[in-house]
Amino acid sequence: MSKTNTKPDDAEPEKPVITRRLDQVFLDLNDVAQFVARFFREVFVPPYEGKEIIRQCYAVGYKSLGLISLTGFITGIVFTNQSRPSLAEFGATSWLPSLIAIALVRALAPLVTALIASGKVGSNIGAELGSMRVTEQIDAMEVSASNPYKFLVVTRVLATTVTIPVLTMYTTFVGLMGAFVNVTMVEQTSFSSFIQAVFGAITYLDIFASVVKSFFFGFTIGMVGSYKGYNSSKGTEGVGKAANASVVTSMFLIFIEELLSLQIVNALRGG
Amino acid sequence: MEEKNKTIDRDNAVIQIRDLKKSFGDLHVLRGVDLDIFKGENLVVLGRSGTGKSVLIKIIAGLLKPDAGTVTVMGEDVANLKPKELDKLRLKIGFSFQNSALYDSMTVRENLEFPLVRNVRDLSRADIDSAVEEVLENVGLSQTINQMPSELSGGQRKRIGIARTLILKPEIMLYDEPTAGLDPITSIDINNLINEVQERNHTSSIIITHDLTCAKMTGDRVAMLLDGRFERQGTFDEVFSTDDERVKAFYDYNFIQ
Ligand SMILES: Nc1ncnc2c1ncn2[C@@H]1O[C@H](COP(=O)(O)OP(=O)(O)OP(=O)(O)O)[C@@H](O)[C@H]1O
Ligand SMILES: [Mg+2]
Repeated sequence: MSKTNTKPDDAEPEKPVITRRLDQVFLDLNDVAQFVARFFREVFVPPYEGKEIIRQCYAVGYKSLGLISLTGFITGIVFTNQSRPSLAEFGATSWLPSLIAIALVRALAPLVTALIASGKVGSNIGAELGSMRVTEQIDAMEVSASNPYKFLVVTRVLATTVTIPVLTMYTTFVGLMGAFVNVTMVEQTSFSSFIQAVFGAITYLDIFASVVKSFFFGFTIGMVGSYKGYNSSKGTEGVGKAANASVVTSMFLIFIEELLSLQIVNALRGG
Repeated sequence: MEEKNKTIDRDNAVIQIRDLKKSFGDLHVLRGVDLDIFKGENLVVLGRSGTGKSVLIKIIAGLLKPDAGTVTVMGEDVANLKPKELDKLRLKIGFSFQNSALYDSMTVRENLEFPLVRNVRDLSRADIDSAVEEVLENVGLSQTINQMPSELSGGQRKRIGIARTLILKPEIMLYDEPTAGLDPITSIDINNLINEVQERNHTSSIIITHDLTCAKMTGDRVAMLLDGRFERQGTFDEVFSTDDERVKAFYDYNFIQ
């Protein structure tokens, strides 16, 4: 167990180094760092839990596919429709396919996918591992020398890291389809000229950045859910808290990462 | 009661606990525990709820770290082992959890295979199957092999939990309240199972219980945890021949006078 208490039986309460609360923040940060570091220590060491990784990938995709299809499609329609008036002012509605392609690839698809996955997948990982902690299933793996971290955490983090980028590409595609439906109804654009406009607008850097970004989003969702669940406190309440904290924390981190990636990609583009 | 067929080696302590202390915040749970478990022996640990019986065996299995004192299991100081060494030691320890702790997303078969395939390399499918069938037979639940834990009764879950630890042929068994919440007949089955395991595999065991019938049937020796220490140890009759109210209360409740 990670939080050990080494003070003797009747010692004075330890003096806080800074303040009690700040001390705790740094202790928690250290805890998180060790949890994440353990992933990189264990992910490359055999035996690999191949079957379980595939099962988890499937679960991630299966859980979020329906909602992502719907949301992606609607986002495509709505974003196109709402952008039209502004472009119409300049008589530039023919730019709609390019605009929507850039918006989807650079920002909308990765964000929509990651946010939906934190809600559906992140909360699930938090709740699942949390209830395994509470019912001592994780302890049971540990006492049978079966490395619960490897079986439960490494597999889930790998699954989200690999699957979320794929889902993001899928969301981009579905979103573009939504946009096409809207564009073809209003402007009677043909499919081939729509596709031409789309590929004319996006660059390799856009696609690359989108994949790399969602790679990090996926890692974040798996890691946060696993950390919250794995370290869940005892009792049913702990499970609920773990699920909830997984969603809130990973959404927060996803926005921070989005801001960072914006800075990095802009620098690359400028340079 | 029939005489059990076993040999206890009183010179060979497989678990040695010295001045063990453990607190959670201001709650001093274990306050200087000394205890020896000898090879081939069933030791029953009694004590009120919340006295730290589960904490004690979790420290023995390395799930919790002690604040002070030493726990030596088969010559190894548990608290100071590296993760690899601790895992090696844990292969020799079977831990039956208070509420079974079966993996509820896996079938009974997958539960039993789980520790086996992760610790014994190069097993063929046939080896795995025969090992699973053997332990299931030992606990008398062969028919449950493809069921999910949620479909089992409390007593069946307990026995599957024990089977899952037996599959690695441990030398030490730690049972946390094996008969709690079970009817008398199932309890007797479990007590017999504990004795069978001891006789068949020559294991040394700690059996935590509130059930004095279980204590009497399985225990070669009884130790009672009172206020964070083992104040009374000995045979069943030695422990209960006292005027100490705390001890007598246990006896009176179990065997209605
Ligand atoms: N991980 C933990 N963190 C904080 N407190 C704990 C922890 N584990 C146990 N405790 C506390 O230590 C005390 C002893 O717990 P333990 O589970 O060992 O009791 P027990 O003797 O097994 O009781 P029971 O017979 O009810 O199972 C309890 O008061 C419990 O609240
Ligand atoms: Mg207990």
